[in-house]
Amino acid sequence: MKADATLDCIGLYCPMPIYHTATKLKELEAGQVLEVLADDDGIKLDAPAWCRATGNELLGIEEEEGAYKVYIKKSK
Amino acid sequence: MPEKVTLVVFSGEMDKALAAFNIAIGAASMGMEVSMFFTFWGLNIIKKNEGPIKSKGIMKKMLNFMNRGGSKRLPLSKLHMFGLGKWMMGKLMKGARFPSLEEMIALANEAGVKFIACTTSMGMMGISKEAFIPQVESFAGVATYLGEAKEGKVNLFI
Repeated sequence: MKADATLDCIGLYCPMPIYHTATKLKELEAGQVLEVLADDDGIKLDAPAWCRATGNELLGIEEEEGAYKVYIKKSK
Repeated sequence: MPEKVTLVVFSGEMDKALAAFNIAIGAASMGMEVSMFFTFWGLNIIKKNEGPIKSKGIMKKMLNFMNRGGSKRLPLSKLHMFGLGKWMMGKLMKGARFPSLEEMIALANEAGVKFIACTTSMGMMGISKEAFIPQVESFAGVATYLGEAKEGKVNLFI
């Protein structure tokens, strides 16, 4: 999936990935896509929960070799 | 209107403080408005690490000598083992690139979390406003807490 920016959260545990995601997304424009790399398993449920709470769109989560790529589209 | 979260932080142990700040930072990252009410032993978390706690009266002086507080002095609630357990926990946290309590306090503050100190505990224990870190923005009682908790979606006691 194509992204406008990438955020590396490999090795970070909750709440740091969502904290950095929230901070990073502020730098993007509406409609742009952020790719978050993470390896804490919590991200699988936390990313959808974060998106629901903040009204951003979760485009998908790709899993490979114990790491996750989360794609979030900024909605506003 | 953002949704509100309130946390009553009653405990003064490092592990419980970490849990409280973890939730506070998480909630702020989700766009929620977070207030942390520090009361009783929880006040130790937001005391300055430097300088004496000045208080009047022999009992209050003794209490603040034995219960100095400050984010760097907090024990673990379990396996503290005179500081050995805490030292090991610090190593594990560093190894996991988990932020220290001091870093979490700074992150929460940057994320807009409000720190409120309970004036009843302060008065009873002889702790002045000067004893606290500058991020503590207000000093209030239970009515302030309930006023916010009433509108809160998530209210926790830690």
